This record gives sequence, structure tokens and C-alpha cells, in this order.
Amino acid sequence: MLSRAKAIRWQEIVTPLAAVVLALIIGSGFILFVGENPLTAYRILFVESFGSIRNLATTLQRATPLMFTGLAVAFAYRAGLFNIGAEGQVYMGAFAAAWVGFTFTGLPRFIHLPLAILAGMAGGAIWGSIPGYLKAKLGIHEVINAIMLNFIALYLTDWLATGPFHGGSWVPETARISPSAALTRLYPPTRLSGGIFLALAAAVVAYFILWKTRQGYELRAVGLNPQAAEYGGINVAKNTVIAMAVAGAIAGLAGTEQILGLHNRFIVRFSADLGFMGIAVALLGKNHPVGVLFAAILFGALQTGSAAMDRLTSVPRELITIIQALIIFFVAAEYLIRRILRMREEA
Amino acid sequence: MDKVLEMHAITKQFPRVLANDQVDFDLEYGEIHALVGENGSGKSTLMNILYGLYQQDAGEIVVRGRPVQINEPRVAIDLKIGMVFQHFMLVEPLTVAENIVLGAELKKGLFFDSKRAVQEVENLSRQYGLTIDPRAKIADLSVGLQQRVEILKALYRGAEILILDEPTAVLTPQEVEDLFKVLRTLKAKGTSIVFITHKIKEVLALSDRVSVLRRGRKVGTKATAETDEQNLAEMMVGRVVLFNVDKKPAQPGPEVLRMEQLTVEDQFGQVKVDQVDLSVRKGEVLGIAGVEGNGQSELVEAIAGLRKAASGRIFLGDREITNSSPLKVREAGFGYVPEDRHRRGLVLDYTVADNLILGIHGKKPFVKGCMIRDDQAVYENAEQIIEQYDIRPPVAKQLARSLSGGNQQKIVVGREFTQNPDLLICAQPTRGVDVGAIEFIHQQVIAQRDQGAAVLLVSAELDEILSLSDRVAVMYNGKIVSVMSADEVTEHKLGFLMLGGRLEDYGANEVNGHAK
Repeated sequence: MLSRAKAIRWQEIVTPLAAVVLALIIGSGFILFVGENPLTAYRILFVESFGSIRNLATTLQRATPLMFTGLAVAFAYRAGLFNIGAEGQVYMGAFAAAWVGFTFTGLPRFIHLPLAILAGMAGGAIWGSIPGYLKAKLGIHEVINAIMLNFIALYLTDWLATGPFHGGSWVPETARISPSAALTRLYPPTRLSGGIFLALAAAVVAYFILWKTRQGYELRAVGLNPQAAEYGGINVAKNTVIAMAVAGAIAGLAGTEQILGLHNRFIVRFSADLGFMGIAVALLGKNHPVGVLFAAILFGALQTGSAAMDRLTSVPRELITIIQALIIFFVAAEYLIRRILRMREEA
Repeated sequence: MDKVLEMHAITKQFPRVLANDQVDFDLEYGEIHALVGENGSGKSTLMNILYGLYQQDAGEIVVRGRPVQINEPRVAIDLKIGMVFQHFMLVEPLTVAENIVLGAELKKGLFFDSKRAVQEVENLSRQYGLTIDPRAKIADLSVGLQQRVEILKALYRGAEILILDEPTAVLTPQEVEDLFKVLRTLKAKGTSIVFITHKIKEVLALSDRVSVLRRGRKVGTKATAETDEQNLAEMMVGRVVLFNVDKKPAQPGPEVLRMEQLTVEDQFGQVKVDQVDLSVRKGEVLGIAGVEGNGQSELVEAIAGLRKAASGRIFLGDREITNSSPLKVREAGFGYVPEDRHRRGLVLDYTVADNLILGIHGKKPFVKGCMIRDDQAVYENAEQIIEQYDIRPPVAKQLARSLSGGNQQKIVVGREFTQNPDLLICAQPTRGVDVGAIEFIHQQVIAQRDQGAAVLLVSAELDEILSLSDRVAVMYNGKIVSVMSADEVTEHKLGFLMLGGRLEDYGANEVNGHAK
């Protein structure tokens, strides 16, 4: 029977890998179509994203926000919730962090930076807990509210950054944050920041909460069988709010990292779908913190490598978007992959 | 007589389990052959091989004298073999007729010919005497009627050999009676039937012959007329089974549970429990008998804090627990085996160990400090209960989903009983559980009583009520219509009251001296 448990865990790893391989195979068809050699294109893709420390640093820098948003989606999913609101939580977290960053100047770094990070987490947590609360109290599906809240966050921060907190330049952004709130750049000239450590820590904490605490036991029970959870004396409503708040805090960290580590100010609509990419990352990472880290690195690598592929071959960088879409398609079509791999499920 | 089906020396190996070990099985034309055995004895595997869902590793299948290879259900259907599963495979929003013809739809040009489908289903249902409205939506049908649709589906595809996998597990007693009538009619029309069950009474009531499996091997085949309950149970379990629980007279103490004028409504605002006054005392088993759906579930859920009481009060000991949260009720000393272990009692995708702490997961020793989980304590607890309650296979890290029904139930029972609650509610504690496990669970219920628990037993099985209860309450239409001490109760009397009869009207002779 243990072998069965192992077989399941093995499957959890094999299916995403197979999805990636299949997507690359089909992608090579597109590359052939534009008249290039797929092996050359993929070699460039790989070398440019992993070939040197500098390239690796760029890949990790791109992966960092996706680690956060992937974790934000995965964490909520474990409690049976679909956090489609990560995008809005990213913006709210980012703005909160930026606000602390440019408002409380003159603080020493060891106070200012943690304060800005906490503000970012709080911004995301509040935004995440709203759909959680509405679901818990009124039974409104979290997806509907989260989508609406995405728009509210987007336009609210638009207005804040161009209105009351406009930085004064001709671009739609706030003032720069004080250097005392900025995350350290780890490997200049790449833009990899200390935020990567925050992301790794977030993964460890998420794992710990889910599998090593009483709270995690309750969250996962609610996700797997809310009726049994209720029977076991678990407060389903409370856990729904907690799950969304924690997920929101992690998504808020994505925005925080982007502001304190990369842009150093709040730029209107900087996120460009980081939150939505998090759904794909979580899916590919099988909603497990470790899987999410690897999935985020893969997506970061694809983005890093695609620019070079675009530059050095006639393969357009949009191909990478197609490959990403194919990966998601194959992960979602897990059954199909199992058939292809002839992994027969024991009924 | 000629055989319509013969299976010779069928062997099937699953990872770590030899599910079928050289099993022989045969079926005569127009007979009902019961296939019995405890959960996990290989009955379903054998029939799934026949239906083409599994492939045997060794052995031969002969249908109507010809050796056949059945590697998918399609082949089985072509051989006129039909199977009705325990969990139905029906499309709920579609009608009866649409479901029956599904996959073999009649067409009129490009379109589905629904008129003819309805007509054909009507003909079929008349031919076999299986009354059903072809235009009804599946979602609106009772479980018993849905099963009838499954049977019609098989017949529509020409089935002459019909396999039913534990068909009675999901039915109420009345529905079981109806099903038996249907099966006898089918038999009279020449259909050969394999009837999988682990309920011995059903075997005796229905079948012509019976084959017993135990741990993947066939123990024997007998003509039903030549066997009896005790004999079959011994064949199934491999040892003598005690049907009557050995128990001493109860030593009832003070009241533990008291309900006053308790009224509970369902989600549609309909009164399900109607002004019930009832109490259970320390050291006694109070059985609530009743046909399912007469308010028992709602009554129990209201006590457990899973459903709001519309009015009235509930006391546990000297604490009022009316409309308390499930956690508060548990903390007041409450253990609860729910009627539906899959829906309520277990998180199927949790391990056995994790399921064994559900409800006490926040207590010492399972948490260190206030939050951190103590894995070691969780596994020690699991090892202990697994051993004490003989949960098989004895692997704490296995998912609850992969255990048989009887062993899943032992998880729930073990978890709730080892907490030694003051009040223990057991709702249908042996539903879908095999004979050996039933005996064990019954002994544990009595053991709890003798240790001083107040036990409230809700069961649709009259045998269970009669053999365990010290007092019996009958529930009908939301009301407790009668409370009797165990020695005043007979099966016949209970059946009469459960169907809405009034004690005053019960046969004059029998009532003498008993009526209150």
C-alpha cells in the first residue's frame, strides 16, 4: 500500500514534467514553421536562462514575483478556495509598501524595510480577506468577488498614483521610495533582489503552516471535505477567512518585492498579470510550495530566454507565451497525459 | 441444467493483494446466484473481470459454452452481460428515457427521437413489470427508482446476465422489498442474475444458490435451501459468529442527554423533528427505530451542533448545548458516529492517522504549544487505535479512501469510542459493514455502555435496535410515537409503529399488559 502512495507522489511529479516536454515538442512545430531549427532555438533559450550566473540571476529575478503569486493561489486552493484575486492583492500590497517607502523617510533601514514589507503583506491580506469574509458570511462565491476586487484595486491604485500620491513627473507613478526601504540588489547589474529570500521563506512558511500546524490541519480539512471538517468541530467560516488572508498576504509580498526590489516606486499597472500567472504557476506546481518554486523558476526562465531567442533567431518571443499556454493545457489535461504515459490508475 | 456462464480458476493479482485466487464460479440459466463475502474478499473484483473492467491474470471465462476474452465492457455488453453498480452512472438532469437509451440513441434524421425513446422505454418497463415514468428527470427520482433505471438500462442493451453489485446498500427496507420483487420477475422471464451482497438475510430471502468468497478464495457454493444464517456467516468470516450480543442488564444512572420540546426544521423550513421530549441515561443504550427520513438525521444533527434547533432545548449533563457549535458540544463530552462516513465522518484524502484525530486535533498531545502539530503523538495514537480496533491494512500513513467500507467505519468508531465520551451517538453504525465488523462494533457499543456512556443508537436495521437497545423509541414523521423498554419490544410491533401505526391500535392480544 505504501507503494501506491509512492506511485501517487511519483505521478504528481511526472505529469507536470510530461506537460512541459509535450509543450516543447509541440512548440518545436511552430519553430519549424517559421523556418528555424527547434534545437537551436531551445539551446538559446536554455543557455540564456541558465547558462551563466548572470543569466540564472535574471531568471530568478523574473521568477521571484511568480513564486509569491503561485504560493498565494496554491495556499488558498489547499483550503478549497480559488484565489483568482491575486492580481488585485498584488496591487494593494505594492501600493501599501510603496506608501510606507516614500512616506516614512528618515527611519533607519532595519525599521523602515520590515515596516514596508509588513505594510505590503497587510495590504494584500486585507484585500484577500474581503472575498473570504463574503464567502464565509454570505456564501458568495469567492471567484466573483475576487474578480471584481481586482478591478477595484487596479483603478484605485491608478488614481492614487496619478492623483493624491503622484510623484510629480510626467509619468503615472508615485515618488521614489527612500533607499532605507529598498531591498538589496544581490548581483548587479542584474536586478535580482533580496526578495528571492522572502519568496523562499514564504514557501517554507506556507509548507509549515499547511502540514505542521493545527491551523493547517483545519485548512486542508476544510478544503478536502468541509462537511467532515464541520463535524470535527472546525469552524469553516473562520478558516475560509484565514486562508484568503494568508493567501492575500503572500500575493501582497509579490507586489512588495516588485516595488522595494525592482521599481523602487509604484508604477501604474506595473504588475501585468503577475497574479494571473500565479494561477498557472500553482497549477503546474500541483499546489505544493516546492512545486510552485520550481514552476515559477521555469516560467522565469522562459521569459528570460525568450528575449534572447527573439533577438538571435527569427522565432518571435510570443512563441514562449504559446508554450506557456500549452504547458497549462497539458497540466489541466492530466488524464490525457496519463493515457499517453500509459500510467493506468488502479480503480 | 445448462450453464449460461462459467468462470474457471480466475486469478487476479493487484499490487500487494491477491484479489482472486483460482476462483471458480458458474451461473445457470434463470437462477439468482448470490455472491457473498466480507468487504475486500474479492466479489467485486471477480464481477469486474466478468464485465471487462479488469483483466484476469489467469483463468478462463466461458459464456453460453464458448470461451471468451472480455477485455472491455463493450464486449461484455455484446455478450448480453449487464452490470448495475453500487454508485449509479446516470446523468441527473436528463430524463429516464434519455438515460436508458444513452449511447444507443435513436435518431430521426439529425435529431434525437425522444418520442420513440419514451415509447421504447415504456414497452420495456411494461414487458418486465418495472414501473417507471420515462419522462421523469433522474434528479427527481428516489434512490430506489434510480436503481430501477440502471436495471432498465442493462435490459435495454439486451442483458440476459445481470450483475448487481451490492444493490441493497443504498436502499431503504421498503425499496429492498421492491427490488426483490423486480429481481424475481426478471428471473421468471429467464434472466440470470448475480447478486453481490454481504447481508446474509438477503441471500436467504432471494437466491437459489450462494457462493462464498473469503480473502480472494472461494470457500464454497451451496444451494440456498441447504444452508442457514449461522452456516453462511461462518463460511464468510472463517469462524463462529455471535449474532446475539452478549450483554448484561443495563445499570442506568442519571440523565446525560435531555431534549425538551425540540423542534428542528430542514433547509426548506419544513418541520422534521416535532416537539420531541427524550432523554438518555448514563449506562443505557436508547435505540431510535424508524424508517429513514422520519427526522432521525435532523434530531442527531441538532444535538451535534450541525443543525440549528428551531425551538426547544437540549442538555448534555447539566450544560445546555442548544445551538452550540460542534466544537462546544464535543467539549461537553460528546462522541458521534455519523450516518454517512464519507460525507461527515472522514476526510477521505487524509491519512488514517489524520482521520483518527479529527475533532481532537486541537487538543493535547496532538499539538505542542498552541499551534504546532506533534506528528509523533498523531502516529502513536493511530498505531494504538489501529491495533485495538483491528483496522486493516494496519498502515497509519495510508489514505482513508483506500480502505474498505468496514475498515473506514472502524476508523470513525475507534476515534469516537476511545475518547470515552459521556454521550455517544451512533447513527447507522454498521451500514455497509461486513459481518465480522458488525459483531465487533456491536460489542464495542455495549462496552461503552458498560463503562458508563449514555448511548443513543439510531438505526434502520431492526435487528441492530433489538439486540443492542435497553430502551427503544420509535420515530415517525418527526415525532417520538413510543418509548418502550427492551423486553416489551418485538420486531413485529416495531415494524407496525415505524409505519405510522398507533400503539393503541396494535393487535389487542399483544397489547394487553404492554400498552402505556
